[in-house]
Amino acid sequence: MSKITIKVENLGKKYYLGTQEHSFSIKDSFGNFFKKKGPKKPFWALKNINFEVKEGEVLGIIGANGAGKSTILKILSQITSPTLGKATINGRISSLLEVGTGFHPELTGRENIYLNGAVLGMKKAEIKRKFDEIVDFAGIGKFLDTPVKRYSSGMYVRLAFAVAANLEPEILIIDEVLAVGDLQFQKKCLGKMQDVSKGGRTVLFVSHNLGAVSSLCDRSLYLHQGKIEFIGETEKCILKYINKNKAHSGKVFWENIQSAPGSSNVKLRYVKIISAGKVTNNVFINKDITIEVGYWNLKPGAKLFCSIHLKNDLGTYILATGNLPSANLAQDEWFNKPMPKGFYKSTCVIPANFLNNAQYSLDVGIANLKNEFEFNLKDLVSFQVIDSGEMRKEYMGDWIGVIRPKFSWETKKINNQS
Amino acid sequence: MPHKGNITIIRPSGGKVRLHLDEIWRYRDLIYILVMRNVKIRYKQTIVGIAGAIISPLFSMIIFTVFFGKLAKLPSDNVPYAIFVFSGLLYWNYFSTALLNVNQSFLADANIIQKVYFPRLVLPLSTSITPLVDFGIALIILCGLMVFYHFSPSFMGFLLLPVFLLIAFLTATGIGLVSASLNVRFRDVTYALSFFLQLLLYLTPIIYPVSIIPKQYQWLLFLNPMAGVVMTSRDSLLHTAPINWLFLFTSLVISLVLFLLGIIYFRRAEKSFADVL
Repeated sequence: MSKITIKVENLGKKYYLGTQEHSFSIKDSFGNFFKKKGPKKPFWALKNINFEVKEGEVLGIIGANGAGKSTILKILSQITSPTLGKATINGRISSLLEVGTGFHPELTGRENIYLNGAVLGMKKAEIKRKFDEIVDFAGIGKFLDTPVKRYSSGMYVRLAFAVAANLEPEILIIDEVLAVGDLQFQKKCLGKMQDVSKGGRTVLFVSHNLGAVSSLCDRSLYLHQGKIEFIGETEKCILKYINKNKAHSGKVFWENIQSAPGSSNVKLRYVKIISAGKVTNNVFINKDITIEVGYWNLKPGAKLFCSIHLKNDLGTYILATGNLPSANLAQDEWFNKPMPKGFYKSTCVIPANFLNNAQYSLDVGIANLKNEFEFNLKDLVSFQVIDSGEMRKEYMGDWIGVIRPKFSWETKKINNQS
Repeated sequence: MPHKGNITIIRPSGGKVRLHLDEIWRYRDLIYILVMRNVKIRYKQTIVGIAGAIISPLFSMIIFTVFFGKLAKLPSDNVPYAIFVFSGLLYWNYFSTALLNVNQSFLADANIIQKVYFPRLVLPLSTSITPLVDFGIALIILCGLMVFYHFSPSFMGFLLLPVFLLIAFLTATGIGLVSASLNVRFRDVTYALSFFLQLLLYLTPIIYPVSIIPKQYQWLLFLNPMAGVVMTSRDSLLHTAPINWLFLFTSLVISLVLFLLGIIYFRRAEKSFADVL
């Protein structure tokens, strides 16, 4: 039986969400001391986390934003401490929560290799020994004595990853480093990580790139709202994750204020896509699309408005809209009115026959009348516009363009001249 | 975090405060590299570097000499006032730069703190070592002044130099650790600190000799380790008076106490750094 290198028992991390913002000055803190305090609300970012990782195993961690992935990594890398439970780590551990941690723009590539290596826990002699290998891997030979502020972003990332890849920890924790660099370099990195695990070292790998997770990890852990939803074979794990996500499309929903995203003044409760009377992520091109945004206002007297940014699957923004009177075909009774505390719902109707058949996603934000966002959450919901065939009677080819509206057309005969 | 062999156990924070100085020793390479980084960044911008290391101490020396030495005619124990005041500024400048550096150290490297684990104490320690380079440059200027005034210093002053520096280092780091820990939470601590430093400059016998303070109040100076450093370093270097060993020893003890208090306070505060920064 192989050795257990990471053992996590009943781990939990609690944060407090106050109704007031954290103040950064003594003066304000004294002021707040005498004010009536809003109750501090505990929020468990992680709860009841139990798992083990064996020597030489590559464990993937997947889950939606805010599921607690980063919190686990931060606890295991000793950046923050848990509220409950215990984790035992058997071996020298290195974590890469970011590439190029500690890089200084004014320093040269050479100096940054030493700096970054030392920050990641390498000894000077060790860095010296691996120096040539690092330079080689990064492919920056000529620019070794140029300050990194003059590097292209690709070179910067390559150098940063090269240092990290030459660490020789027994346990490696990696967060999303593959989200950077060009395709060729990503392949190189994946190869390097495979080598690391074949060398009998343990890897914890967090990524949104399900392809990378499935090619690297034998076992994966699926986190959902701070709890382990599934742990086991990577394929099964990814399936669970995808299925759960599908069910959520067309709608995102938070049950309580504590876990809902937003600012200290406003929290988002839900966003729904409604078409033909149903919450759905598949809408027909010839039907109106209603976007419903539900939110809690926590600050009495706030004047708020809702903003929606719509983009297509290529990431191009198609439009921005909000319930501003000058941009509104209807009337909005709450615009520019102090809103009492409470739960509000704003709806916006995108007319039928306006969007083309494609995948769209929404950024939803709430802003105040100074045009400052309380929050603006990217890619909250996505939906597919499906060609109903209504415009397919005369022309069967592709309708090019990001939108496909109907316009008025007329042709008239003017005279008989030829 | 306790290390037993290669096993790390992560538990909720709280409970006993441990110093873990052995861990700092294991990370000495990181301290060295961070010091090199700080020095390089400072001197890469040549003009700023030179201004900080040469022009600013020279300028304050000239201003003090003109106003306090020539116009106010403060006594300087029969030493040329320029040398007298510069010998005091030498240690004071190191002390105040180190203290301000330590105060900023966690905020300046917040991005590293949030991403990598290493003993956090490494950051303040490396920033309080960095201004030693400026100290070295200032020391050369002082020697130049002595040549200019044909003044022959005593060898003892150079011999005791490491002790003086140690006291300044311990005091600056100790006080700096408390203010730096507070600074993470309350960003206006820095204003309070610069006011404190200005006050302390006048409570330290830099522009005036200890001899102008009435004998019965001189013991009050014993509470300020920097007064001990400035006074005994001057006495030993400029042979203005016999070295007050008791004063020097008291300063060393007080600076050690401040250093330890600073570390203990910092150890209590550091656990929440990554969450607050």
